[in-house]
Amino acid sequence: MRPQDILIPLPAGLCCKPGGFHIDPVRPVERAVITHGHSDHARAGHGAVLATQETLDLMRLRYGDNFARATQAIRYGEEIALGDVKIKFHPAGHVLGSAQIAVSCKDTCIVASGDYKDAIDPTCTPFEVIPCDVFITEATFGLPVFRHGDAADEVKKLLASVALFPERAHLVGAYSLGKAQRVIALLREQGYDAPVYLHGAMEKITHYYESRGVALGELRAVRGVKKADLAGTIALAPPTATSDIWTRRFPDPVTAFASGWMRVRARARQRGIELPLVISDHADWDGLTATIEATGAGEVWVTHGQEDALVHWCKTRGLAARPLDLVGYGDEEEHDVVAADEAEA
Amino acid sequence: MNRFAELLDRLAYEPGRNNKLRLITAYFRDTPDPDRGYALAALTGALSFKHAKPGLIRDLIMDRTDPVLFGLSYDYVGDLSETVALMWPKVELAGHNNPPPPTLSEVVTTLRTLGKTELPRQLARWLDELDETGRWALLKLVTGAMRIGISARLAKTAAAALGNKDPHEIELIWPGLTPPYLDLFAWLEGRGDKPVNRDPAPFRPVMLAHAIEDTDFASLDPADFIAEWKWDGIRVQAVAGRDERGHMQSRLYSRTGEDITKSFPDLVPSLHLPGAIDGELLVLREGRVQTFNVLQQRLNRKVVSPKLIKEFPIHLRAYDLLGDDENDLRELPFAERRAHLETFVRKLNDPRIDLSPTVAFDSWEALMAARADPKAAGAGEDADAVEGVMLKRRDAPYLPGRPKGQWWKWKRDPHIIDAVLMYAQRGHGKRSSYYSDYTFGVWTDGEGGEQLVPVGKAYFGFTDEELLQIDRFVRRNTTEKFGPVRHVVHEPDQGLVLEVAFEGLQRSPRHKSGVAMRFPRINRLRWDKPPREADRLETLERMLKDVTAN
Repeated sequence: MRPQDILIPLPAGLCCKPGGFHIDPVRPVERAVITHGHSDHARAGHGAVLATQETLDLMRLRYGDNFARATQAIRYGEEIALGDVKIKFHPAGHVLGSAQIAVSCKDTCIVASGDYKDAIDPTCTPFEVIPCDVFITEATFGLPVFRHGDAADEVKKLLASVALFPERAHLVGAYSLGKAQRVIALLREQGYDAPVYLHGAMEKITHYYESRGVALGELRAVRGVKKADLAGTIALAPPTATSDIWTRRFPDPVTAFASGWMRVRARARQRGIELPLVISDHADWDGLTATIEATGAGEVWVTHGQEDALVHWCKTRGLAARPLDLVGYGDEEEHDVVAADEAEA
Repeated sequence: MNRFAELLDRLAYEPGRNNKLRLITAYFRDTPDPDRGYALAALTGALSFKHAKPGLIRDLIMDRTDPVLFGLSYDYVGDLSETVALMWPKVELAGHNNPPPPTLSEVVTTLRTLGKTELPRQLARWLDELDETGRWALLKLVTGAMRIGISARLAKTAAAALGNKDPHEIELIWPGLTPPYLDLFAWLEGRGDKPVNRDPAPFRPVMLAHAIEDTDFASLDPADFIAEWKWDGIRVQAVAGRDERGHMQSRLYSRTGEDITKSFPDLVPSLHLPGAIDGELLVLREGRVQTFNVLQQRLNRKVVSPKLIKEFPIHLRAYDLLGDDENDLRELPFAERRAHLETFVRKLNDPRIDLSPTVAFDSWEALMAARADPKAAGAGEDADAVEGVMLKRRDAPYLPGRPKGQWWKWKRDPHIIDAVLMYAQRGHGKRSSYYSDYTFGVWTDGEGGEQLVPVGKAYFGFTDEELLQIDRFVRRNTTEKFGPVRHVVHEPDQGLVLEVAFEGLQRSPRHKSGVAMRFPRINRLRWDKPPREADRLETLERMLKDVTAN
């Protein structure tokens, strides 16, 4: 069977005709299989949804109880037959509950990896390499300028700044699902045991992480705390909130942003960031290329991001490669919008 | 090098002056000699070595990476040094005893003596050893394109803070110091004596004036003051002195102490007597002072061509004398220094240097009249280059900085127009949550009838309270968003009128309106005025004609 007869990109998303489902559909479909809880991948309004328990819980937190007609939870390593295909979930190391989905039909195996990272992250199950014939990879950071380094060093940079400016608050922009919790966990790994303050929009998800056994130390809401008492503290907020009225409650805040995009100065400066922290929940260039090689796949399909460079690299390695041109995925941030103007002003 | 790179990296993002100072001072405190000295030299522009060309850097990366990937990356990043720093391939050096990354001192001292042919190999070796930020800083350093918004003055102030010294003290001895400034740091840390300035033509920290307010006059007696015209040129200090071998050394400094002699070689021969003049740099044509717009064309040129010198003849208008030969005059009262200055200028007897005339007055009303009409009050044909008047206490010594109550500047009323707020953009640093950069426009006849055309941008002049008001207005009246820019409602009956004050007007083909304002700022918010009553482009064009006709 040809791979494109198993999975085919359609406007609604990646469609598995022999299995009768879509992976991470961007439009409402009858049956959806979802890799992880970020809102560009996990949308409301599908008929039946198959995903990990964490992903289902996160969707419920975001969209309410009726986000789908029916749901089914699946564990890492568990295999399920759907129509003529078998699917199996494997950890993607991206955020809590994130999965790669291996779709097998006869003797062909395709792995749709969703978003993934091969770097260590104390808040989620580590990424596993799944040997396959066709590997579907993201390319968010698909340029050789993106090499993310050790996230611990970035957190040390943040702590050095807190020590240097004890009378200022440090405001760290971070996506509310995954990044925020990872930054807190990294701070704790560095021995930072002061309370970490949270923007209202990230409280629910963060407490959910704690309920799943991710230890994050003492957390406090920013809401209701006096300005002077926020001096010397670290507070986390969705990226959109760090440049808005909300920041006026902090004493002379140092604006940081934890993101792989911070590798490029113009991106940081454009957003008025003073302390860029290169902490990414996506594989960097070395991670993408190493993973592609490790899967042993002879063919690579590249989805959202910098497809051109990664497709070019695959071809120089003698791998068949093509961009999938799926629309609707990308920076979580675009979907992480909090109406900060209104929400807490 | 990596520690210095971290500093540069952090400085590049930090908008606040005080925070920049803290970062630099902390670096000086934590970094041993001689690295910190070379860092100080790098920040003050005191390093001298042949800079590497971008072509060389490009060749290095092309040898090591796939050209297609480099092209895509460069397109994305937009800066050559940064692209190379980020995508330089990691090298697994043989064995596990990787050489430590180079120190800043190693880089600086090696570059000083390195031949051109050895440069590429040496650079590649360093790039192998450094991390991303280190590579970025190295490439910025060797290409001579630091551009991180740090002035030499700021770096010296940060060094002064290390020993709780006044930055002026460093300015005084600076010309006699050389990298890596071991003696300077020893003194700052209390381990050594203050270095002595043996420079024959040192800079002296300048004295600045306060802007006078209407309410100040009540407590001031006209008899205590001498008035002069405030010339719209560049404040400079012209210093000459004999070195150990008896040769005359002449230098021109900016008000911050930057040596700008190279830009004005035509003035050097005129500085032939030992002394230190405080004055204004102007362009004179046939004895007449030209406007700032003309002077500006002579500034910031990399090459000072004979043509430029001929077309924009430079002139020094002297208004104070800080040193006469070996004698420091700064402790003397201004009236006495003025007498010394008059003698000094007479002895110089040079057509390029003259005295800034005093303005006679016996009451504040008389001075106000002179300020309103400098042409009739003695400035004559030079009146266009008069920005206002300066008031100096007769008994004031020459004090560095901006001491209270000694010198006052009383500017002529600025030009004022009513314009309509069109677009707003967020500010930086402390203002990043406010819409504090405003583009404003005036009415003109367009294809579709009356329309607003942008004529300028302003981001200060308003009070904190007014900023809050405008910010609120912008948020509630946004019609469209383009990235960081908000399109604010500007209809004949809906919108905000800003009273904009500005100092001058110039023709500008780069602006859609054809005019560019000098120093525009928000003077008042005209909540009372409907946008349809704001000024028209013709008003500005008329002002422009008035300016050029004179």
